[in-house]
This record gives sequence, C-alpha cells and structure tokens, in this order.
Amino acid sequence: MTSRIGVITFPGTLDDRDTLRAVRIAGAEPIPLWHHDKGLKQVDAVVLPGGFSYGDYLRAGAISRFSPVMESVIEQAKAGMPVLGICNGFQVLTETHLLPGAMLRNNHLHFICRDQKLRVENADTAWTTDYEPGQEISVPLKSIDGRYVANERVLDELEAEGRIAFRYLDGNPNGSLRDIAGITNTAGNVVGLMPHPEHAVEPLIGTGRTDGLAFFTSILKKLANA
Amino acid sequence: MSPDTETAKEATERPSSRYLNQRAKERPSVSLDTVKYATDTPDVEQPWAELGLKQDEYERIRAILGRRPTGAELAMYSVMWSEHCSYKSSKVHLKQFGEKAPENDALLVGIGENAGVVDVGQGYAVTFKVESHNHPSYIEPYQGAATGVGGIVRDILAMGARPVAVMDPLRFGAADHPDTKRVLPGVVAGIGGYGNCLGLPNIGGEVVFDPCYQGNPLVNALCVGVMKHEDIHLAKASGTGNKVILYGARTGGDGIGGASILASETFDDTKPAKRPAVQVGDPFQEKLLIECTLEIFKEKLLDGIQDLGAAGLSCATSELASAGSGGMRVELDTVPLRDATLSPEEILMSESQERMCAIVEPGKVDRFLEICEKWDVIATVIGEVTDGERLEIYWHGEQIVDVPPRTVAHEGPVYERPYARPEWQDTLQADDADKLPRPQTGAELKEQVLKLVGSPNQASKAWITDQYDRFVQGNTVLAQPEDSGMVRIDPNTNLGVAVATDGNGRYTKLDPYTGAQLALAEAYRNVAASGARPLAISDCLNFGSPEDPAVMWQFAEATRGLADACQRLGTPVTGGNVSLYNQTGETGIHPTPVVAVLGVIDDFNRRTPIAFAEEGRLLYLLGDTKEEFGGSAWSQVIHDHLGGMPPQVDLGRERLLGEILTSASRDGMIEAAHDLSDGGLVQAVTESSLRGGNGARLVVPDGLDAFTFLFSESAGRAVVAVPPSEELRFTDMCGARDLPATRIGVVDGDVVEVQGEFSVSLGELRAAHEATIPGLFV
Repeated sequence: MTSRIGVITFPGTLDDRDTLRAVRIAGAEPIPLWHHDKGLKQVDAVVLPGGFSYGDYLRAGAISRFSPVMESVIEQAKAGMPVLGICNGFQVLTETHLLPGAMLRNNHLHFICRDQKLRVENADTAWTTDYEPGQEISVPLKSIDGRYVANERVLDELEAEGRIAFRYLDGNPNGSLRDIAGITNTAGNVVGLMPHPEHAVEPLIGTGRTDGLAFFTSILKKLANA
Repeated sequence: MSPDTETAKEATERPSSRYLNQRAKERPSVSLDTVKYATDTPDVEQPWAELGLKQDEYERIRAILGRRPTGAELAMYSVMWSEHCSYKSSKVHLKQFGEKAPENDALLVGIGENAGVVDVGQGYAVTFKVESHNHPSYIEPYQGAATGVGGIVRDILAMGARPVAVMDPLRFGAADHPDTKRVLPGVVAGIGGYGNCLGLPNIGGEVVFDPCYQGNPLVNALCVGVMKHEDIHLAKASGTGNKVILYGARTGGDGIGGASILASETFDDTKPAKRPAVQVGDPFQEKLLIECTLEIFKEKLLDGIQDLGAAGLSCATSELASAGSGGMRVELDTVPLRDATLSPEEILMSESQERMCAIVEPGKVDRFLEICEKWDVIATVIGEVTDGERLEIYWHGEQIVDVPPRTVAHEGPVYERPYARPEWQDTLQADDADKLPRPQTGAELKEQVLKLVGSPNQASKAWITDQYDRFVQGNTVLAQPEDSGMVRIDPNTNLGVAVATDGNGRYTKLDPYTGAQLALAEAYRNVAASGARPLAISDCLNFGSPEDPAVMWQFAEATRGLADACQRLGTPVTGGNVSLYNQTGETGIHPTPVVAVLGVIDDFNRRTPIAFAEEGRLLYLLGDTKEEFGGSAWSQVIHDHLGGMPPQVDLGRERLLGEILTSASRDGMIEAAHDLSDGGLVQAVTESSLRGGNGARLVVPDGLDAFTFLFSESAGRAVVAVPPSEELRFTDMCGARDLPATRIGVVDGDVVEVQGEFSVSLGELRAAHEATIPGLFV
C-alpha cells in the first residue's frame, strides 16, 4: 500500500491541484484536504501548497493559520508527521511557529516569477533525502512576500544546526537574509521553502526540468521505510 | 461584457455622477419614481442628454414604453444603449465577421455570447476572448488593469469553462515619458496583483510603446478556458418559476459612471461626486467565485449564467431575459449591499466586481446555495423567470422597471456613421521609407542592430513578464518570450492549445486594411511556428473617436481587411470587443486592431520553441524577403519615421507557411522556429540565440543585400533550425509545396556573425536587449 499524502486547500490556495499531481507522479496517493476539515483523513504526510490563502489579507498566512485543519497539522507535526510548506504554505508554517522567522515583501517590491537556482544545504530532512548534499537544482520561484527574515540569534542557530535547507544561488531574488530559500525544524520533519518544487516534476511542462520531483520521492521513501 | 467604455473618461468629469449622493440621502423616498408615477407624470423633465442619449433615442424609449421611462429605466437604457454596450457605431461593420465567416466545423458557439467556443477535439472545447480596459487603466492604472483581468476571466467562466490562462496585449506612450512611468508600473502591478492571485498562468501578450498612446494607453486582456462539449453554458433565462440568483461580492458604489452615467429626474448637482468611476477589484473573492462556479457546473445546477461586468445588474438581467424565453421579475431590495444607502438606480448601475447571476430550477436552489456557502460566497435569490414577456424590477414592493428586455439588451440604436478616407493618407503613404538613409558599412550595420534590439519596443520584456506567474496550474508548455503561449489541456493524451496576440498600429495607420490583415497574419504565424494548428480568432479593435469620419474609415477598412483575411485563412472570428474614443482632443491613437489566434496541438511534446538550443543546427529562412521598410521597427528606431506602405500580405503564403511549420513540428524535422515580424530577421535571430545561449553564423543569401536581409519586415516568413539529419526531408517538403526555403547559416558559437559584414557577441546583444526596460522602470 502506498503512502497517503494530504494536500490542504484553503480559500485562495492556488497550487493545490498541481501539488496533488506531483504527489501522484511521485507514486503516492494524493488526498485532498479542506481547510474546514477537523481531522487529516489518516494521511501519512501533509503539504501546504502555494497561493494567496484568504487573499493574503492582513498578512500572508496569518488567517489560514487559524483554520480548523491547522490544529491537527500543528499537533501531528509536533508528534513527528512530515509537513512541507511551499511558498504560501511556508508562510503559514512560520505563522504557526512550527518554523521560525517570517516572510516580508521582496526587497524590490515586485512579484517575481523565475526559474530559480538553489543549493540543497540539508539532504537529511524528511523531504530532501533523494538529493545530494550541496546539489544544485532549478525550480520556479513566484512570490511577492518571499524575503525570509529572522533575528541574528535565530539565523545563527539555523546555520549551526544545519537547518537551512535551501539557499538561493546566482543572485538573491528577494533580499532573503543569508540567501535563505527554505528551512527545516530541528527534527527535520517540517520543511518550508519559497520556491515551487511541484512545478518542476514533468519534462516540457513549466521549466521543462524535473528537479522538484525528489521532494516527493524523498517523502515516499521515508514513509515506506518508516 | 467588459466594464471598459469609451465614455469612462468623460464620465468622471461629467456633473451627473454628482447626483448620486444626493439621491441616496432621500431614500426611502416618497417620490420613488415608480412605473405608476411615471405614467401619471408624463411631462417631467428627464436628464437624457446628460446621460449621453440623443433626443431621438429618448423619444424611441418613450415610444417603446408608451410613457416616459422611470429613472431606473432611463438609467438602464442609457447604459445599455451606450457605445460600449450596444456597439451602435461598429455593428454595421462587425456584421461582416458573420457574413464572411469561413466554413469551420470547429466553431461551437459564435459571436454574441460572452465568448466564442471552439472544438479542439477529444471532446474538449476551448473558449477565449480578448477585450479592453483602456480608459479605466489610464485613470487608475492598478485597479483598471486588475479589473480588466477580472472581467475577462468571468466572461470565460460564464461559458462553463475553467479558465486556464491569461495574456495581456499592452500599449503605452513613449517609454521615456514621465507619465509612462506612472501608467506602466501600475498596469503591470495590477495585472500581476489580480491575475497571480487567481492562479491563472500569464503566458504571453505584448508591450508596445508609441507616443500616440500617451494619453490613451491600451490595456487589453485575454483569457482562455477549457471545458467538455457538454458543459457549455449560455447566458439565457428560461423556464417559468426558475430562480434568479445573484452571487459573489456585495454590490457597492464602485464603478458607477464606469461604463455610463446614472440618472433620475430627482437628481440634482449640489454635491460633488465621491464615488470612483473605476471599479475596485478583490482577486480573492474572484478566486472563490471561480472555484464555487466550477463546482456548480460540475453538479449541473444551472439553466443559464451571466457574469456582471459593464452596466452591472442592468446588463445581466436584461441580457438573460432577452436571450431566454419568458420574462423576469427581480426584487431589487434583496440585493446584498456593501453600502446600505445605495439607491435602486445605483444598484442597477453599479459595476462592483466579482459578481455572477445564475438561473436555477427551484429544486436545485438549496444545493446551489450550499455550494456557495462552502466557498464563503454570498448568494441571494433576487427574482424569478416569469411567463410574461417583460423585465419587471421592484423596490420594496413598488414597480420601478417594466420593459421588454430585448429593447434594452439587443435592440439598441444602430448608426451608419459617415466615414471618409482622410486627405493626409496619401501624403503619409507617399512618404516612402525606401528613401531613408541606410547603413553603408558592416560597422554601421552592427551599430544599428544593437540600437534596434535595445530599443524599448524590441527589447526584452522580462522585467514586466517576470511579475506574472506563468507556472501556476502546472500545465504551461510555452510562455513568453516564445512565439505563442501554450498550455496542456489533457495530461493523458497530451492535447494542448496555443494562443498568440499581435497588432501593429504603425502598419495599420499606413494602411488600415492591410494592417489588420498583418495583425492576423502575424498571430497566425506565431501559433503555427510553435507547432499548433490555428483554428479561430478573437479581436480587440482599439480605435479613436467614431465621430471622426477619418477614424470611422480606419475602422471600416480594418474590419473589412480582417473579415476578408479570416475568410482566406479559414479562421472565424469567435467574438471580441470594440474600444472606441481612444482619443485625447483631436489626437487619436494609431488604429490598433489586436488579434488573438487560438490553435490546437495534438501532442505538446511536438511543440517548437524559439531557442537555438543546439549547435550545428542549420538555419533556414522560409518565405520571400523584399525591400519592405514602411512602418518597420528600423524606420522608427533609427529614423523616427512613419510613412510609406506596410509590408504586403499574401494570405495563401501565410497558410502554406503555417502548414509547413506544423508539419515539420509534427514530424520532428525542426528543433526551433521563430516567426519574422517587427525588427525582421536580426530581431528573431537575436531572440532565438539569447534564449538558447548559442550564437549563429549567417550568410547573406544571393540576391539580397545585408541590410534588407537583416531588417526587412516582409510578412509570411520564419526562421527555423533544422538538424542536419532532417535537412533533406525538410527541404524536399518545402520544395514539393513551393515554399521558398533558403539556407542562411548555422547555430554556432557565442557570437552572431553576418559573414563579411560584422560579428557581435551574445554578451553585447544580451546587454543591449535586456537592460533597456529595467533601466527605464526600476
């Protein structure tokens, strides 16, 4: 039996169908979850996809964080369930404090959509074991509130504990501190990043590369071996 | 229908919108202008002239009703009979699109609905349309552009389709003009801010600068949607007892005076207007509306559906009732409001965004409302379909509208505006571009090449398009700067559709008939160059004032040219939009018909990109190159000149070229293709080289001089990259079909070299091509 990976749809979520597709391409069973759901339908892992949940009104991720489904996500993430937050999902994870720091408006104040080069800094998280440490990958970045910030102490801690999972290469696209594109929690089960691996899983679609697929194959292996 | 209007700009300056606040204060009024009151007071003065109605139009309304109209009725007629909603100046010319329409089995729904629908095979239907939001975008660039996207997306949604992509053909004033720095960043941010939030990939479009658009930027927006044949929905209200449901955003005071102006005999002008004429968008609400509506489609809960755009509820109720059988009764006081002080006239006229109107059988209403509740979308039963023939609207039990809906929606006035070829046309055409001094040496050629590819119109638009999400939905096969945008529509069969939009105001100014045909030819060529088979078109006809006979002549010529060309190419017009009065004072814009061509590709794996991705590929120039520089980018960039004749059009050749390009793509004979248009060959080679990261060694073919080879804008041409193993097969095919194919070089190295003339590094080309737009707008 293959693993069940849930993908949450909040009002205003945009990349839910893409993420469900990426999960399926990787070989897992995609399970749509609704923001009003109380439980998580016995999924083995959860992805919070990109978009503008609740229009990003007030602050990106600030309202979604209080959705009924997030209570279960927070509880189970703390118990070790793998959770991946992509873009808006990453913003939600920082709002819940499952991950430290916050995202501010890009330093150039514009939305930016581009094929973004990244270095995989931590290939030991639940979502990155199919990458090599230091591997360079390209996946789409598309966001306006993508500038990762945290205080110096937190940043030093992230560096020291190897919790910076991805760094931007070839030019920092948004002013993120220390070129941070994605981070993980201490246990390595919760990962958040701004770029979109789900848009890089099929040849000829999107960037035409499949550099993002390893996120979904990594988690599948992890769950199979669990 | 779009909320754009040629009257928007005037409306903000007109006194009549000032009446609104005053009216609101009086409600609920003892002097509510009911049908009964109107019947009893035939001699009350009415502000028909201020509403833009002509005396004979007002008299016609009185004749239709057999009494004077109520304030609400007058407001409805005035906006629905406006140029924007009634097409009263353009109708007589637009009918050629139907009369000359080519036989085409692919057309499932033609002109007249929210958007046309085309059969793309495998049970799929595609709907697409381009329309304008020009005037609002000049007044308030961000919201104007944002709600332009919102409006066209709802049009597509209303056909029963899931919107799958958007594109934005844009025209601005001079790139270095201070006001362009206000308008362009606002428009781009508005398109991005709204479109990105909807989850629709933005896969193409155009950005053109010309001083003629300084006071009249053109913000056109296109949307493509996909559905199964059986899911096509139409805007009509039928079935006595069926409920009329308004759902989506609450109705507010925004956008009143956007498409028209509001009226009642009790209005006065003691208060200044506070309400903006431009609508304010909420993309989050629109995203919910899309998902909610798609779920409603899925459960087949609808009898008819219409979006609310220009003229708001006036338009939706009268069009639905007019297109269906029977009448309609609406309780206007049940409409959910953002502002409780709105008067009935204001509610009818409001162009608040993110609203839809549905016709639902009584037994399905509960489920309909449940789905709306799931998506947090407000839905209200506001009326029902009746067995009468009238559209009746009530306000707290009192009848304020009682009209035959067809007279409002579909039987507006039609004008045969006078038109005449302007005297200056001959002078303009006699000012031949052939007499302009040409570069004499290799060094001069190189200098002009760099100037051309770095000019604002020819430069990379990545700074703009990188502000739009092109990846969302995970189906994007090609996006800008490719020749066309292409999306997958079925992952199992690899079926895809491609769309390109093109228009060239300079060509059209020189010769409107030919210019319109060139716009179609270029978009057609772009779709074919990417490997798709062109099927049908949508157009956005942007012109100056129809009251100027010269402009009307341009319009008449352009529509005639376009209709003739559609017939020859076998691509029917499925719908579109006319935007007139793009004029400030005496100065109109260049006539700018923008044409969008939709094509289908059976397997997107066979798509052809523009990039010279592999060294050693042989470069072939397809078509004939002549000395054609009238209206060219070269004449503009180097000499700031506009005169002579535009390139000639040979539609038979365009069709043949299209067939060769799609066959070569299908059979794997070419690896890259780029159409040749403004800027000529050197522009195309620069873009393909930079995109692929490989240079090109070029040889000037026999019989051509280097200058003509590089800069001519002869139509019906493309450059293709052929793997050596396919060369014979490819040239045999071209030979057998009589398409000239000239070998002009090879993909190689990191310079673009024109043998015996000059050589320029990719680095230099990239610097020139990519620095311009950020340099102007960052």
